[in-house]
Amino acid sequence: MKVLMFGWEFPPHITGGLGTACFGLVKGLGKQSVDVIFVVPRAFGDEAKEGFRLVNASDMVLDFSNSIYQEHWNRIKFMEIGSNLIPYVGPEDFEKMIQEDTMKLSTETQSVFSARYQFSGKYGHKLMEEVSRYAIVASVIAQQNNYDVIHAHDWLTYAAGIAAKKISGKPLVVHVHATEFDRSGENVNQTVYELERQGMEEADLVITVSHLTRQIVIERYGIHPDKVITVHNAVEPPDHPDTSEVKRHLKEKVVTFLGRVTFQKGPDYFIEAANKVLKKDPNVRFVMAGSGDLLNKMIKRAAQLHIGTKFHFTGFLSGTEVDTMFALSDVYVMPSVSEPFGISPLEAMRSNVPVVISKQSGVSEVLKHALKVDFWDIDALADAIYGLLHYEGLKKMFIKYGKEEVDNLKWDNAAAKVLEVYQQALNLKQ
Amino acid sequence: MRSICLYFQVHQPFRLRTYRFFNIGDDHHYYDDYQNRQIIKRVAEKCYLPANKMMLDLIKEFGTAFKISFSISGTAIEQLQQYAPEVIKGFRQLADTGCVEFLAETYSHSLASLGNREEFVKQVKRHSDTIEFIFGQRPKIFRNSELIYSDGIGEMVEEMGFTCLLTEGAKHILGWKSPNYMYCSARTPKLKLLLRNFRLSDDIAFRFSTHSWPEWPLTTEKFTGWLNGIESREEVVNVFIDYETLGERQWKETGIFDFFAALPKAVLSNSNFQFSTPADLADVLQPVAQLHVPHPISWADEERDLTSWLGNELQDEAFSKLYSLSEKIRNIVDPSIERDWQYLQTADHFYYMCTKWFSDGTVHKYFNPYPSPYEAFINYMNVISDFTLRVDEFLQKPQVVKVIGVNKENARKKVVKKTQVKNSENALKSLTFNEIITLADNKIKQVLKGIDIEIVTVALKGARKDIREKIEKNLGKRSLKTYNEMQPLLKSISTTEVKKSRSLIEKQIKLLTK
Repeated sequence: MKVLMFGWEFPPHITGGLGTACFGLVKGLGKQSVDVIFVVPRAFGDEAKEGFRLVNASDMVLDFSNSIYQEHWNRIKFMEIGSNLIPYVGPEDFEKMIQEDTMKLSTETQSVFSARYQFSGKYGHKLMEEVSRYAIVASVIAQQNNYDVIHAHDWLTYAAGIAAKKISGKPLVVHVHATEFDRSGENVNQTVYELERQGMEEADLVITVSHLTRQIVIERYGIHPDKVITVHNAVEPPDHPDTSEVKRHLKEKVVTFLGRVTFQKGPDYFIEAANKVLKKDPNVRFVMAGSGDLLNKMIKRAAQLHIGTKFHFTGFLSGTEVDTMFALSDVYVMPSVSEPFGISPLEAMRSNVPVVISKQSGVSEVLKHALKVDFWDIDALADAIYGLLHYEGLKKMFIKYGKEEVDNLKWDNAAAKVLEVYQQALNLKQ
Repeated sequence: MRSICLYFQVHQPFRLRTYRFFNIGDDHHYYDDYQNRQIIKRVAEKCYLPANKMMLDLIKEFGTAFKISFSISGTAIEQLQQYAPEVIKGFRQLADTGCVEFLAETYSHSLASLGNREEFVKQVKRHSDTIEFIFGQRPKIFRNSELIYSDGIGEMVEEMGFTCLLTEGAKHILGWKSPNYMYCSARTPKLKLLLRNFRLSDDIAFRFSTHSWPEWPLTTEKFTGWLNGIESREEVVNVFIDYETLGERQWKETGIFDFFAALPKAVLSNSNFQFSTPADLADVLQPVAQLHVPHPISWADEERDLTSWLGNELQDEAFSKLYSLSEKIRNIVDPSIERDWQYLQTADHFYYMCTKWFSDGTVHKYFNPYPSPYEAFINYMNVISDFTLRVDEFLQKPQVVKVIGVNKENARKKVVKKTQVKNSENALKSLTFNEIITLADNKIKQVLKGIDIEIVTVALKGARKDIREKIEKNLGKRSLKTYNEMQPLLKSISTTEVKKSRSLIEKQIKLLTK
């Protein structure tokens, strides 16, 4: 089995969970003897590539006298609009983006139609342009390679997937890691929504990372349920540095929120719950690690509640800082309002940190040894945190079973399921 | 003649409400009254009422040829009295036929036999008292919560004066032996053991409506056929099931009522079996062998052990936290603390924390009000935290008027003495309890302020209507709530108890009217 796969980013150059998930999946597929050609807008050269081929779309030279591109371009032209769109912003991108925006660095000389195009591979204001160009490049790659199935990850690559399908006639599988509703709540960007819907429509089969997302795909995008299959994400075995040396200087227990401080991650519920816990037990510290557009509001709220001495903000954490943060934590909380999957609780559990997660997260579908609450139910959230901090039996149970549970969520298993989806897609075509 | 022994367990726990940690130290009401009421009403309607009626009809039809036995937990009785008193009436009617035997158990269907010996003995006595008071017969035969039994438990039960006990015919205990005989305890051979025939019991309780079961549908002919097929030397078939099997677990539509309605006739006319109660059997049957049960068994799940209630970290912590209070509780005379102490011991709370179902079936989900054992544990621990605070607070408080309760004579004497010493210093005019009516409302309010509402409530048991009304209207909102809540509990309070409480109020009046 040979697969032509379109992604947007690849470790180590990632801004969100998408790249990590793709990497895990590709490695898992490799073990299932699936050959993968993985296309990214921009390769940096230091990516891990064992077991598959990484294709850099920035290297592709296109001849626009060829009518095939012109024709394709006519079809996807609408993507040009909304060039100031900032969609799914990674945490460290956030500040940069604001700066870029204010400085209006729009002295680009490149055109989508130049023979060579340097993709940023990021999520900046030229995103739509890049998406369009990526689709055109995809059609070239689609022509030059042999494969059985096309697999496109998230809306950024759907157009590329569709283009490849048109050229080759091979079945297309699109993989929904997040939808516009998860990113923007009810204020969806219509362009993005339309791209997503089209991708799902044109696809032979749609993979969703959770039943939660599957439901959204069916209900909000009107995709036939038979076409939509859930393959839950998994987690890579740890390559963490040893954090057993991490010293704890605080005598209080630490409760941690780690993630983008944005509406969909529910940071405000975390603060309100913290306030409730602190009223009963002042010997606890709460940490909000991450940055985002709600950060200032959160700092203000913590001040309003007079919990500033017990509630701490770290800003964005990266790499080993994250591991250290886990090592210092007694409870990890993910109160997401909408979370297609949510890998971070698994990382916490792997570090023996018990977790409280919202029922509105895909990961809650696969975890048994986690406390699950409705994101809006601050009382339940506070109660779960308090229980984990005060009742030893609970912590013992989590440490006993949690790590084991996470270790069993292997990408190998997820890849096997994806392979089944490929088979199914091929059968549909015949 | 050989016997078939039909025994039904009737039990309902006081289910806990969602009790958050910030309620700790603030709110002392732990129970989900709404849910409990709903469930009791539902089960009464679907099971208890129609089943009682059917049993009564059968006894009327067959006379002494049809006999059954029940164990009803104290927590079930209290809730039935409160929400479905007609069910209690039905059981009383059954008791009056003389064909129905009531068995002894722990008052709150607890695990006290594993937690605290003294507590266990006390609860069994309390349960027997309650059964005797309501149904007019003192239980002679014992069955522990969920048929939990071990040599050690047998010893305690024998010491309490019971001659026979019901437990599970667990395969791993019996080996090749048949459950269809009378056995006795190896450690205390005077204690006879009746063993549940789990195959025939579960055929009715679990498989009755299972269409994939090869024997489905189960008819009385088939069942009688099985009885006849049992080797002729075997003496007794014990069918022990939950009463809720009738109409609640197995819906009416499955034909479960029809099955039981037709069973007596089928058995009596087509087999050489007769219906007997455990007490009948204890009288006539002699043990064929001794049974060693070093580790506790029960009637639950495939394992027939304790793992439904104890064994994982959550259950063990909750259990040890609970019973670590035993010593303190012994020194407490306070009806509301004593009541909660009973209710919190109910085995169901621990059952909800079981993690076994993570891997296997979902059978147990139906009986579990919590989404996961973790939630069950947190909720229970929050409640226990508050309860512990109350216990500690009570013990720290000077106990001038905290003096009612059932078996706390010593505590009472001490306190009364204290009060008397104080009082002897002021020779005061004395008012009898009934003269309270002559006091002005504001005086009564003053008097009431100094006395615990529990004492007032007990004192008013059986009091003249005008006195009751006079006092009720002077109670604060909170006190009135407790007063009303305590009403169903008053049945177990003796007249001496009432007198003592009244005299305490009289003393209080003296103090205030000097």
